[in-house]
Amino acid sequence: MENEEPRIGVFVCECGVNIGGYLDTQAVADYALTLPNVVHTKVNKFTCADSGQAEIQAGIKEHNLNRVVVASCTPRTHEPTFRACCKEAGVNPYQFEFVNIRDQCSWIHMWDWEGATAKAKDLVRMGVARSRLLEPLDESSVPVDQNVLVIGAGVAGMQAAIDFGDMGYNVYLVEKGPSIGGRMARFDKVFPTNDCSICILGPKMVEVARNKNINIMSYSEVTDVDGFVGNFEVTVLHKPRYLDTDICTGCGACQEVCPVELPSEFNENFGIRKAIYIPFPQAVPMRAVLDKDNCIGCKACEKACEAGAIRYDQEPIYEKLKVGVITVAVGMDAFDPLPHNNYGYGLYDNVITTMEFERLLNAAGPTGGHVVRPSDAVEPITVGFINCVGSRDVNENIYCSGGVCCMFSIKNAQLLKEKRPETNHYIFYMDIRSTMRGFEEAYNRARDLGVKFIRGKPVEITEKENGNIVVRVEDTLKGEIVNVELDLLVLGTGLVPNEGISEMGSILKLPRSADGFLTELHPKLAPVDTTTDGVFVAGCAAGPRDIAYATAHGSATAGRATRLLSVGSAPIMGITARIDEDKCVVCGVCVDKCPYGVFEIVGTNGDRRINVVEALCKGCGTCVTACPTGALEQSHFKNDQVLAQVRNVFQYGGE
Amino acid sequence: MAEATATGTTSEEWQPKIVMFCCNWCSYGGADSAGMGRFQQPPTVRVIRVMCSGRMDPVFILNAFLEGADGVIFSGCHIGDCHYVNGNYKATIKYKFLKAMVNELGLEDERLKLDWISASEGERYANVVTEFTEQIKKVGPSPLKPEGVV
Ligand SMILES: Cc1cc2nc3c(=O)[nH]c(=O)nc-3n(C[C@H](O)[C@H](O)[C@H](O)COP(=O)(O)OP(=O)(O)OC[C@H]3O[C@@H](n4cnc5c(N)ncnc54)[C@H](O)[C@@H]3O)c2cc1C
Ligand code: SF4
Ligand code: SF4
Ligand code: FES
Repeated sequence: MENEEPRIGVFVCECGVNIGGYLDTQAVADYALTLPNVVHTKVNKFTCADSGQAEIQAGIKEHNLNRVVVASCTPRTHEPTFRACCKEAGVNPYQFEFVNIRDQCSWIHMWDWEGATAKAKDLVRMGVARSRLLEPLDESSVPVDQNVLVIGAGVAGMQAAIDFGDMGYNVYLVEKGPSIGGRMARFDKVFPTNDCSICILGPKMVEVARNKNINIMSYSEVTDVDGFVGNFEVTVLHKPRYLDTDICTGCGACQEVCPVELPSEFNENFGIRKAIYIPFPQAVPMRAVLDKDNCIGCKACEKACEAGAIRYDQEPIYEKLKVGVITVAVGMDAFDPLPHNNYGYGLYDNVITTMEFERLLNAAGPTGGHVVRPSDAVEPITVGFINCVGSRDVNENIYCSGGVCCMFSIKNAQLLKEKRPETNHYIFYMDIRSTMRGFEEAYNRARDLGVKFIRGKPVEITEKENGNIVVRVEDTLKGEIVNVELDLLVLGTGLVPNEGISEMGSILKLPRSADGFLTELHPKLAPVDTTTDGVFVAGCAAGPRDIAYATAHGSATAGRATRLLSVGSAPIMGITARIDEDKCVVCGVCVDKCPYGVFEIVGTNGDRRINVVEALCKGCGTCVTACPTGALEQSHFKNDQVLAQVRNVFQYGGE
Repeated sequence: MAEATATGTTSEEWQPKIVMFCCNWCSYGGADSAGMGRFQQPPTVRVIRVMCSGRMDPVFILNAFLEGADGVIFSGCHIGDCHYVNGNYKATIKYKFLKAMVNELGLEDERLKLDWISASEGERYANVVTEFTEQIKKVGPSPLKPEGVV
């Protein structure tokens, strides 16, 4: 095969209109046919679809192709598909070359038909030049470590951990906070069925704790991940709780005596917690945590702790783990209206967020379940809810939070109305998005209960002397401006990416979409896979969604990952460094250039040579650039292959 | 947000040709994110994918200039984020050497750029391309460009 004259087929994808709508695909294909060694071209509607792949395979057979170039989308998602397709038809997968004319042309030069077409031709010329020089390579596989890492223990991560554990795999469940449970642990009831949140979540948390295969690592963070599919080396930071968790019984005697009072984050800063505290009554693990930043060192807790668990001198501990697969389930945040004082938040006492409302409504919350307004602790009679705060707003986030905020406003109006029938409720909305199962019924129930829906985006919020809030809004269905006076206004803040998402983005090299959430490998067909093999994403980390969807997502990652775990091996790229012993002068420069210790000098004097442990090579190619004699080459990214691309960026005198 | 500004090229206006090397894990992903987010940018850049910025051979960059590049960007993961531990750190050493070489070839400093772009920074990727294009337009066509080359 190696010395065969290249016979290249070029397949240009229209990607429906994603490419075909913004550049001249036929002109690109026609141009490709003029290039040396190109013997066949075809424009496909969807090259990656069954029909498109059949066209590639037919082209290979009919024209006896030994190389294939596809000009379509990104190798980061579609290379495996086309490699497999080529392999099936007898072309070595490494003699397939990918040219990206979607992300690099049609989608970024949407209004420049000429420019995009010309650039696509250049990119195809570069790809063809490289393809001509590509060599066949063998694919190899690596063993998959049978341990699993789940990052984030909200409902999505917990479900993933349970499924992995039930299938018999050892799971490390790393949670940043002092307890597992995630955001759901803080809600009173959950839509659409309004079940008590902790009553359904609590048993799941206990199930996680009881599962013998799950190692809960709470108050811990993943600080570094090295390696690759099947063989990830993970560093976990166990933050000091300043007590011995093996001894602490979670009795809470410490928090009784601690004199330092701080706003309770769990309660959205309504109510207080101490400097040493139990996270919340159903916490798992049920252990205290000492907030050293605010501890005054009085040692009252040490005296109160009968178990003798307090350890003021505890240090952070870094632990190394080896795992084969990873589920990322770090969740999201609710939009923060404080910086822009959206709808008077932060300016007027009686404007609160839904998260705050959830805590007030919660029987275990700071007011024992009595919703009171912050200015005077009086129970409100008339309550308004504004939807889409921070969502569907060009000044904040353009995306919709997946119906979650429509539904939580509907839920909360309903819950308060049921609790105190004398109350009145207004929901100010742009559209009601009650798309999932049971949502429309929940909406109808709220209407039947008498919740009033006003379609319009409030334009002005003012505060009256008595603390009441007046919402000025155009009721767009009636076509009139109305002023609604409320005792309490609740902002339905949308779901936004959190810090965990950006941390995961950089530690695991996961791309994020324009909305800031993690990007799936494919939004429809690989919704929990990522571009990093062996890493999966679940729950709100990959975009706003409700609990049912997040839970299903968690299970899905366990299912997808178990494919690798149960087979016990994963295919890896055949891209490694190779040494030409005839050219090597044993200078040893490569030895410390390689971060993985692939090279060592063996032998003495005249017999010295470089020993290459190819199995350790990850294929970065760094050593190749350092080798002064050109003895090292990176397969699939050989110097002449890359230089062919460089040269073919340019051409003489146009076409 | 992707602003609906057409980057239409008028035929009279000179368009530079820029070669951009991207590492597979971060910057190439950044280009993908730019695509997915429809962040519009001038069609001046031709991307070449390598696995890591550590693979950036000075020969590639010098060749690009000799073949006719008006500018070259090479880009990898942010320092600390390299998929292969520290290939990008090693790239910075080469960058210093390359800067000197570029001057020696009689080229302006502005024609070579090293930038770290993560896979999530689609909008920033588009900005880097747009700003670098503007910068190259200011310095004009490369004096090394062989005659007749486009
Ligand atoms: C006000 C409000 C009300 C809602 N009401 C409802 C409702 O009634 N019904 C419904 O179906 N949905 C509701 N939702 C949506 C619901 O909250 C989500 O669907 C659900 O919480 C998603 O679960 P998750 O596991 O993906 O994320 P989360 O619940 O956010 O859990 C993520 C976990 O990851 C942890 N974490 C974060 N970063 C890291 C890191 N770097 N390392 C380790 N761990 C990390 C977090 O501490 C957290 O424990 C509501 C949302 C809001 C904001
Ligand atoms: S530290 Fe001691 S007092 Fe505090 S909860 Fe644990 S056992 Fe109880
Ligand atoms: S390509 Fe070279 S430097 Fe990179 S991992 Fe392989 S041997 Fe080491
Ligand atoms: S992988 Fe991006 S710089 Fe090394």
